[in-house]
Amino acid sequence: MSDSAFALDIQGLTKSFDRPVVKDLQLQVKTGEFYALLGPNGAGKTTILRMVAGLLQPEAGSISVFGIDTRKDPLKAKSIIAWVSDEPMVYDRLTPYEYLEFVAGLWQIDARQAQVRSTELIEWLGLKPHAHERCGGFSKGMLQKVALAGALVHDPKLIILDEPLTGLDAGSARQVKQVLLDKVKQGVTVIMTTHILEVAERMAERIGVINHGRLIAEGTLTELRARIGREDTLEEIFLDLVAQKEMDVDPAASAVDAAA
Amino acid sequence: MTFMPSTAPWFAAHEWRLMWRDAVAMMTGGYPARRIALIVTLVIAAVLLHLLANAIVAPWAAAGIVPDKATLVMITGSGFLFWTVMLSQALESITRAYYSRSDLDLILSSPASSRTVFAVRTGITAVTTLLLACLLASPVVDVLIIHNGPQWLMAYLVLAALSALSTAIAVLITVALFRLAGTKRTRLISQIIAAIIGAGFVIGIQAVAILHFGNMSSRFALFTDAGFVAAMPDAANLIWAPAKAALGDWPSLIGVAIVGAAALALTIAFASSRFGEQAIAAASVSHQRVAQHHGAVNFRPRSQKQQLRVKEWKLLARDPWLLSQTLMQILYLVPPALYLWISYGQSAGTYVVVIPVLVMATGQLSGGLSWLAISGEDAHDLVVTAPVSASAVLQAKIEAVATVVLAVLTPIIILMMFASFELAATTAVFAALSSGSATAIQLWFRVPMRRAMFRRRQVASRVSTISEALSSIFWAGTAVLVAGDQYLIATLPAVLATVTLFVAWSLSPKGKRV
Repeated sequence: MSDSAFALDIQGLTKSFDRPVVKDLQLQVKTGEFYALLGPNGAGKTTILRMVAGLLQPEAGSISVFGIDTRKDPLKAKSIIAWVSDEPMVYDRLTPYEYLEFVAGLWQIDARQAQVRSTELIEWLGLKPHAHERCGGFSKGMLQKVALAGALVHDPKLIILDEPLTGLDAGSARQVKQVLLDKVKQGVTVIMTTHILEVAERMAERIGVINHGRLIAEGTLTELRARIGREDTLEEIFLDLVAQKEMDVDPAASAVDAAA
Repeated sequence: MTFMPSTAPWFAAHEWRLMWRDAVAMMTGGYPARRIALIVTLVIAAVLLHLLANAIVAPWAAAGIVPDKATLVMITGSGFLFWTVMLSQALESITRAYYSRSDLDLILSSPASSRTVFAVRTGITAVTTLLLACLLASPVVDVLIIHNGPQWLMAYLVLAALSALSTAIAVLITVALFRLAGTKRTRLISQIIAAIIGAGFVIGIQAVAILHFGNMSSRFALFTDAGFVAAMPDAANLIWAPAKAALGDWPSLIGVAIVGAAALALTIAFASSRFGEQAIAAASVSHQRVAQHHGAVNFRPRSQKQQLRVKEWKLLARDPWLLSQTLMQILYLVPPALYLWISYGQSAGTYVVVIPVLVMATGQLSGGLSWLAISGEDAHDLVVTAPVSASAVLQAKIEAVATVVLAVLTPIIILMMFASFELAATTAVFAALSSGSATAIQLWFRVPMRRAMFRRRQVASRVSTISEALSSIFWAGTAVLVAGDQYLIATLPAVLATVTLFVAWSLSPKGKRV
């Protein structure tokens, strides 16, 4: 693995489905950083992260994770990445322990080490009373915790989370947030999309705003405030940035708005 | 036409609309443009089935159908085989009425009467069972109408009565299971019973025929056997009423219709009062936790492929749906296995009849298991984001499936080897080809879906479903011809199987996945 200052380095990334979804994206996330990716529905956030995780192939551009080109050496890149989506990727008919054993096996973690780490994670996430129950009857929060334990069991250097707090109760959400902050303290890089702007405001060191497949703004909260020129909350800043971009994209609409 | 909301006709119209759209989507794969092709295909299939029925039934009708005891035994026996399939279908539908959550939560949380919902859903089950029965029986009945007279139209009314009766029995079985086995186990037991009823009786009759006649020539042979006919009750017995009704006897028809309608009405009245309560109890099953028996936690060192294989085996073994589906495939292997058993030591030539059954059953078993392992991946994202190559993942999954198929087939092949090594080898080779073809088709048409979508796997691609069935039929044909030393003719089905695979491959959405 090359010694890169960036945990993630995206250059000229492009992807279309029936329409362009990601357009010539440049994005860099520093090692050990907590980075929040924000954007309205359909902005392209999930598509970007799925390309980073190797779940989608880009049409153009490059993705580098700790200096590893994900297209040239996908297995090496995957070995240091963990992906957590809003829909927990868990098997209904496996117990949390069996699930973690399976994940550890896929990432080729030493069985003994994986067992110790799994036990720690299960206790840490409050899953111990249910560790030998099949995941089929678990609540959304419990499933998300199992998925998170699966993401952490192989000790990744980069954790990518797509709306990880969706559908979680306050207690579970707090626990997940704490786990992520602890990981960042340990030097792990976390990239997360969320629609809960307070979470991004409190947790993220840097925030990127995506709209129409492009990065329209990026920086710390202070930098974003400076750009807007007001001491607003992130919600106000976000809405302002997205509205500005919409006017840039559709001048006719802005003209109508101005006339109104 | 509009109905007053929350009334039975209003619910029936709602259910009917959903069912119709679902059926059209299933048959057209969601492409409206395919409707014309679908209609043309259905017409061609109907014509072919009528021609086939004509070839079988016309000589019987031409000889004159006398409503004597032998005819009544033949019609009743064949009709009973048919009715078991209807009962199996009804049982599956009724179970779904309790457990399928699609809109039940919405309806049960509304002020609408759960009794009305149950009555409508039960009625719809009777109607769909009747439609399926008419679809399957119409070629034979229509040919009989043409050759023997319009009195055979009454057979359709008999089918309606039998649909009502099978639905009533299905409801009673489900309600009894709720009481005896509890909400948690009812679904699984009911699925297994449906599978056993659907396949078991047909296979049982075939097994009896094998034991009685010593061959697998026809499952209907038993009903024409003079000894069997003589042992049956005389022609005046009420047991023959449905057969008499189908032959045009009005009093019998009225009696059968009253029994069917009364059974359904009484069952609905009896079971509907507790439907809401039982459906709510069924809803809680998905939230119940299953504790897995465990000792001390002990992670075993395994390679990536081993982990994938073990995971597949665990999921297969713990999947109740799959259990009943697999049981169906294995049940079909019972008659050939039985035939092998009683023919042990006889001429090897008699084994030829067993080979196509084994080859086809292996293909179908492999197809179902391959779908579960390859497409039915609940944690697709996890596996794709793991540092393991896609080819290694697929290889491990195919190995997991192949092991299960081998475990089922090997004992029968070993049994065959005692009589003829050559025929055992032929069976093994063509079963492997049939299994490999089915697996390859599932591989080419793989679309990530939840395992719970197993029932809808055939919706994903009509081409894959048809080509999977055709390839196993062609390989079975090749096998039987090779076993009969007709090598030159055997090349024809072999070429057809290869062409089927090529067409499937060329139509598959290759190159669109990571």
